[in-house]
Amino acid sequence: MTSGLLFACVGALLFVMGVSGVLLIRHLLRRILAFNLMGSGAFLVLVGLAQRHGVADPVPQAMVLTGIVVAVAATALALALVRRLHALTGKLEPPEADDD
Amino acid sequence: MTLNEAMPLAVLASSLLPGLIIFLLPEAWIGRRTVLNLSGAVAKLVLVGVLLVGVQGGVDYGFGYAVLPGLDLLFKVDALGLLFMGLSASLWLLTTLYAIGYLEGAPQRSRFFGFFSLCVTATMGIAMAGNLFTFFIFYELLTLSTFPLVVHRGNDKAMNGGTVYLAYTLAGGALLLIGIIWLHQLLGHGDFAHAGIVTDLDPTYDGQLKIIFLLLIVGVGVKAAIVPLHGWLPQAMVAPAPVSALLHAVAVVKAGAFGVIRIVYEIYGIEFAHTLHLLTPLAMAAAVTIIWGSLRALFQDDLKKRLAYSTVSQVSYIVLGVALFGPVGTVGGLVHLVHQGIMKITLFFCAGNYAETLGIHKVSEMNGVGRRMPLTTLAFGVAALGMMGVPLTAGAISKGWLIEGARAADMNWAIWVLWTSSLLNAAYFLPILWRAGFRQTAPPWPAEQLARHGWRETAWLLLLPPLVTAAATLAVGILATSEFSPLAWAQFIARNEYRLVVP
Amino acid sequence: MTDPLVWLILLPLTWASLAFPSGPGRGAWLAIAALGVQLMLVLLLVVDVTESGILVRAVGGWGAPLGIDLAADGLSVAMLLLTQVIALPLAIYARSYFSATAPEGKYFWPLCGFLLAGLNGLYLSADLFNLYVTLELVGLAAVGLVAAGGGARQIAAALRYLFAMLLGSGAYLLAVALIYAAYGTVSMKTLAPLITAEAPVVIWLAGGLMLAGLMLKTALFPFHFWLPPAHGGASAPVSALLSALVVKASFYLLLRLWLGPFAGLTAGAGLLGWLPATLGALAILWGSCQAIRAQRIKMLIAYSTVAQLGYLFLIFPLLTGEAALRAGIMQAFAHGLAKAAMFMTAGVLIKATGQDRVDSLAGAAQQLPLTMFAFGLAGVTLTGLPPSAGFLAKWQLIEAAMAQGAWIIAVVVLVGGLLAAGYVFRVLRQGFLLVPATSADTSVFHPLPRTLEWMALLLAAASVLLGLRGVELMELVSLGGAV
Repeated sequence: MTSGLLFACVGALLFVMGVSGVLLIRHLLRRILAFNLMGSGAFLVLVGLAQRHGVADPVPQAMVLTGIVVAVAATALALALVRRLHALTGKLEPPEADDD
Repeated sequence: MTLNEAMPLAVLASSLLPGLIIFLLPEAWIGRRTVLNLSGAVAKLVLVGVLLVGVQGGVDYGFGYAVLPGLDLLFKVDALGLLFMGLSASLWLLTTLYAIGYLEGAPQRSRFFGFFSLCVTATMGIAMAGNLFTFFIFYELLTLSTFPLVVHRGNDKAMNGGTVYLAYTLAGGALLLIGIIWLHQLLGHGDFAHAGIVTDLDPTYDGQLKIIFLLLIVGVGVKAAIVPLHGWLPQAMVAPAPVSALLHAVAVVKAGAFGVIRIVYEIYGIEFAHTLHLLTPLAMAAAVTIIWGSLRALFQDDLKKRLAYSTVSQVSYIVLGVALFGPVGTVGGLVHLVHQGIMKITLFFCAGNYAETLGIHKVSEMNGVGRRMPLTTLAFGVAALGMMGVPLTAGAISKGWLIEGARAADMNWAIWVLWTSSLLNAAYFLPILWRAGFRQTAPPWPAEQLARHGWRETAWLLLLPPLVTAAATLAVGILATSEFSPLAWAQFIARNEYRLVVP
Repeated sequence: MTDPLVWLILLPLTWASLAFPSGPGRGAWLAIAALGVQLMLVLLLVVDVTESGILVRAVGGWGAPLGIDLAADGLSVAMLLLTQVIALPLAIYARSYFSATAPEGKYFWPLCGFLLAGLNGLYLSADLFNLYVTLELVGLAAVGLVAAGGGARQIAAALRYLFAMLLGSGAYLLAVALIYAAYGTVSMKTLAPLITAEAPVVIWLAGGLMLAGLMLKTALFPFHFWLPPAHGGASAPVSALLSALVVKASFYLLLRLWLGPFAGLTAGAGLLGWLPATLGALAILWGSCQAIRAQRIKMLIAYSTVAQLGYLFLIFPLLTGEAALRAGIMQAFAHGLAKAAMFMTAGVLIKATGQDRVDSLAGAAQQLPLTMFAFGLAGVTLTGLPPSAGFLAKWQLIEAAMAQGAWIIAVVVLVGGLLAAGYVFRVLRQGFLLVPATSADTSVFHPLPRTLEWMALLLAAASVLLGLRGVELMELVSLGGAV
């Protein structure tokens, strides 16, 4: 197993953990962390698999950089919303969904 | 665009534009609204008159453009369409006059007259549709533009009636749509042609064609109120009287009956429909409807409901005429399209007059009303006698041709149906006339709203339209053999368009 | 300098960036003027594409793979057109809708600008990664709009929306990684011939991830859970923007991938198309039934979106012919125009009555005839009754379904239409009820700027009039390399 493939496998594992976290955890702060785990997993797959013949490919590096920026923005927005929710309800968990 | 291409559009515009402008007029601008309404109605009548002369002289009026690649919006004016257009245009003018009188002082008149005009536009579109796609567009537009009229009163009862009406017509529309697209699938088009268009198909498609026929007929049969698809019609009686008049005499039920004619003659072709054994079931359905409607009418105390069931019965005369395989029956069916319209609108005008003037809604309240409202009752009487088929009236002409048609087609049971129906008609109309004319009045009237002015028993705008249509009932009956009667035009259609040998 | 492709992205970015520092609630006029220019640019683009087919631009002169390529074909230009056509009246509406001090309008203009830049960028992107970035930009701006100035309910809805978006784009990003690993490129054009039916399992996995992620973002049943609270809870202009435009972006992307890079996979696996179609059919039934039951008017409209999106997915098994694609785009237009109009009328009704329940609408047809008329027209389109764009969409969809013997789709479309009539006429019925003038609980109708009513009517009328002339749009869709 090459190191690239190993990175990719770990990345996939992180991604699956992150997804389960986003789906299952009710605590919002931990859910945001889970999302970041998910994003890191995807980045790891991208960087890991693109390392062909031992030479790093610059394109996925650029992509990951962009992706990190997007993830940071999303995290910031999520944190801002959670803070607002906390200020309004005093809780760090989403209120029960009411469909109507 | 040539003048001949512009004519169909002008016919549509003559009611569409006034309708759209009226929507925007403030409620209080009664004068301007009335002028717009009437000028639109008169313009339409003139345009239809020009078309009548033109089509008789063999001029082609048509207009079409592509809505989607391979799918055209197509208008064509032919003699059959004109039969319907002539009826709609003249009765629209009268109904508008009547409605102006009827709704005097009522709220929401701008909305009412706006949708009223849209409704007539849809009727014209149905009459001029050159293919099934166009027919369907206007057929559904008619549903949409009549809904606000049915629920115009805005109370719960009106809403329930409107909901039933929508449920029936939209479901019927869905079936019609499936049938039309299926036919498009087989043929690649749905253009009406006088000899039918499905005849070229391979006989292996006969089974599919039968199913499509059923879908199409059920689709238009909802509006034509063929039993058991008639349930909406008595419910829709909650509408104001001018709407009932329009729905029952001109727009909705006639659109259904007209659709039956177009489908049988110009999609399937009468010969081919006969070969597929489609006509006998259709005639049976019509016969059942005729009898059932009359029987139900017998037991209605509500005057408008009695008239509604009478409509159910009478409109199927048209369907029966079409289904009677032969030229005489066809002429009978076609001419009844016009005759039934004139007679039924008279009856609804009169029912509206009784309700509006004296608050009479039920047959049992009509004792002696003939003395209080002699002219209205006279008009009612003439139309009711016409419905029974008494000689010298419009009804006698259509019934005569239908009976002859049944005899020519060797369908003796149909003659029995027609006679039975006439007896039933007499059974539900004569008691009304007897009550109105010979029973003693037991005043006071339920709710007298309009006082008498000399000979004028009610507002003149309410009185004039029924008198005109009652006179027309007699005129088309007595002058049936003249050159410009509906009968002559029906014969013209049968001879020129369906190449039938009319005696 | 006058290349419409680039300016369609730069212009909204510019006015959004200018609106932000000029203070809360400011920037409306600039946005409206710029949107007018954007509309002109799209029309120029329509002419260009009609004349010369697919347009490709390397931004800044840097070609792929390091630079970014923009591409426009008939399909993308059609979506751009839809976006600007809806955005302009919506902006005029929003200017009147948000009063100077309204908290929910504070950052409407910058967020709206970023959203539109993201949408335009998405429709013009030619590679998978750029699509990811624009998809995220759209998603983040949309979440911001939902949350803006709202109470706990809106914030919760926004969070739910945000996590759904992030899950969806996360799955998409992982798929991009897998594809890049396998082929060393993310350009859709280069990928198209490479991915064939014999592609390795990992590509199937990537395709599956993209499908799932985008279905989640398009709120296809059963992934629709986030949509009703988000769309139903936001302020009316935002709901209109989201329901009419944002969900269309991920649908467009799915369609683009299905027909473009993944055509080799999807063409081989005929049954695959039935997965989105089945879910679409369920969405139509479920969404319509929920809409018929909904108590609040904006919830009703939001559930109607769930149902209407279902139609978009019915086309997938039929995409072997061009008719289905046309049906899909026509439906996207019909729903976009009508749904924007419908949320705008809902905004007027709620502002005028001060209540948001369907039951409180009695008398609306008397007091706000224009608005009720606009609602009716939009409802006609959603119901698929003629003449309307919705009818043309349904006609083409049923025709395509019958041509391929997929009867079940035709039946679903018809049943869906009848159910739609159920919820549309539920509102109309309530609106047409006359309120006795004397009754004490008569809701008071507040006077509103007429602009609100007219803009809603404009879009509703457009959705109906498109039903009378669809040839040009359909020819535009057929242009270029979409199929």
